[in-house]
Amino acid sequence: MVNDKKAEIENNLTRIRSLITKHKRHDHIFAGVGMFIIISLTITLLVLFLDLVFDGYPRFNLDFLTNFPSRRATAAGILSAWVGSALVLIVTFFAAVPLGIAAGVYLEEYAKKNWFSDLIEINVTNLAGVPSIIYGLLALGLFVYGFGLGQTILTAGLTLALLMLPIVIVATREAIRAIPIHIREAAYAVGATKWQVSLHHVIQYSYGGILTGVIIGMARAIGETAPVITIGALTFIAFLPPSPVGLEPPFINFEWLEAGFTVLPIQMFNWISRPQMAFHVNAAATGAIIILLTLLMNGLAIKIRYNIRKKIKW
Amino acid sequence: MAKLENPEVSPRLAKNLRRNILERCIEFGLLCSGIFAIFITLAIIYVLVSEAIPFFQHVSLYDFLTDTVWTPNYSIKHYGIMALVSGTLTTTFIALLVAVPLGTITAIYLSEFATHKVRETIKPVLELLVGVPTVVFGYFALMLVTPLLQKIYPDLTTFNMLGPGIVMGIMIVPYIASVAEDAMRAVPMAMREGAYAMGATRFQTAIKVITPAAISGIIAAYILAISRAVGETMIVAIAAGQQPNFTFNPVESAATITAYIVSVALGDLEHGGIGYQSIFAAGLTLLLMTLMFNIIGHAVRKKFAERY
Repeated sequence: MVNDKKAEIENNLTRIRSLITKHKRHDHIFAGVGMFIIISLTITLLVLFLDLVFDGYPRFNLDFLTNFPSRRATAAGILSAWVGSALVLIVTFFAAVPLGIAAGVYLEEYAKKNWFSDLIEINVTNLAGVPSIIYGLLALGLFVYGFGLGQTILTAGLTLALLMLPIVIVATREAIRAIPIHIREAAYAVGATKWQVSLHHVIQYSYGGILTGVIIGMARAIGETAPVITIGALTFIAFLPPSPVGLEPPFINFEWLEAGFTVLPIQMFNWISRPQMAFHVNAAATGAIIILLTLLMNGLAIKIRYNIRKKIKW
Repeated sequence: MAKLENPEVSPRLAKNLRRNILERCIEFGLLCSGIFAIFITLAIIYVLVSEAIPFFQHVSLYDFLTDTVWTPNYSIKHYGIMALVSGTLTTTFIALLVAVPLGTITAIYLSEFATHKVRETIKPVLELLVGVPTVVFGYFALMLVTPLLQKIYPDLTTFNMLGPGIVMGIMIVPYIASVAEDAMRAVPMAMREGAYAMGATRFQTAIKVITPAAISGIIAAYILAISRAVGETMIVAIAAGQQPNFTFNPVESAATITAYIVSVALGDLEHGGIGYQSIFAAGLTLLLMTLMFNIIGHAVRKKFAERY
């Protein structure tokens, strides 16, 4: 009788122990699976990048950067593409950054809590989720034909600025929100106006966070292809836009804004779409350059954010 | 008025007045920047609708929705958007099939299992992965993944929906992982401690306590993923072919809505022509699809959201 009871307890204990072991095993299995997935994702990224580098290796020389596109793959280069990308990004920067920061400051510092601010907020959130090609259609209908800007650097820059705007607004707001209220109160206490508080304190202290958002937005703009194709960017350009900086007064001219152009991702897309393998080498080399640029910029942004997090103690 | 002209007071008041006016102007300027966001939304709707209206005067809505052939550039013209929608839905479905499990597991792992150090190393890597331009992923799909799939399944054509779908899924994983992880981390520590105190393992806590508590945020991550997949352009334009084809078979080539817009934009666009208008009708369909998925997502979110 006693033995029976003992055996039962013993039995139960074994069952519970095996149950615990089983559950703990589940833990380990899941941790293993999670780690495996993350490592394979990272390796995938690495393989992708290395593959691009190996495929494009024959084109890694200075000529590739200084040559125009050509019918012969080996003689073709990305001069017009990288110049185009750089000029478009200048327009994007000057359009999106002031507007984005201003909207962010308004929403955080000025806006009263009412239906109207809510409406702006909902719009900003929704805009971030609109597919990028829709912005291309907007630009095609509005900028290219509506305003008659044509298929120019200006149009492309403004289009990408629309895409970048929500990123800058969200980054600005997040950075501003991290500034404690007593900083503002101190400034008000010595007689600063609302704008002085915003400009001299709030924007100054949220500088790092805003910069992070701007860099991430620019990185996205470099790689963005669909909207620029939609507005009708040319794929074969064998000339450079007029130089923005001249040797004679007034030294700066704006003719380049109205020039036709191509950008790096479009050049890459054009080369992938050709059947000859030789052009795929060019595409790979261009891809490697784009990816390097975006990784550098995103890496810089992450580094800045990390530094801010470590440095600032209110 | 007499007071204002008093030399002792007037400069100060005048300065204040100027300052106040300046303040008002600046506030108005900032407000305009904010309103600009509303303006963009309205402009998107206006442009898409105003260009699509002439299109629908030419093509009946019934044909648009029920015809399964899309050939605006051929002599016998058909405008059945379903030929493009099928491509979009198929690639999106494949992408989600890859991204949802991988992304969710990654999120759970990062939030509940990974040590602080691992998490702080992995999160930046995920962010870098988000930054990779889609045109590069397109190259990846066409030159690496499709040839690899052809080794397993030799009948696969060069252009198919399977390869780009899978690559799109890989592209979306970091989005899901990052948003879902944020949601899980926001679940109060007390809930984990409660579960652990009852003897639950990490896995049980993650699945039975944290996931249900964070389900609203996790579904938000899925909604984001669907929007990304539906609107993704370059991967499918490069690797899925640009030939509209009414099929849900992933090994066939087909065009998505986005790929069609790109293929038309690459050619000569006659402003005001039916081809020009058709891309706006396609764009409008795309926007409505995104909107629909978002609304469904929000409804699901509301239904499952837990308050704690």
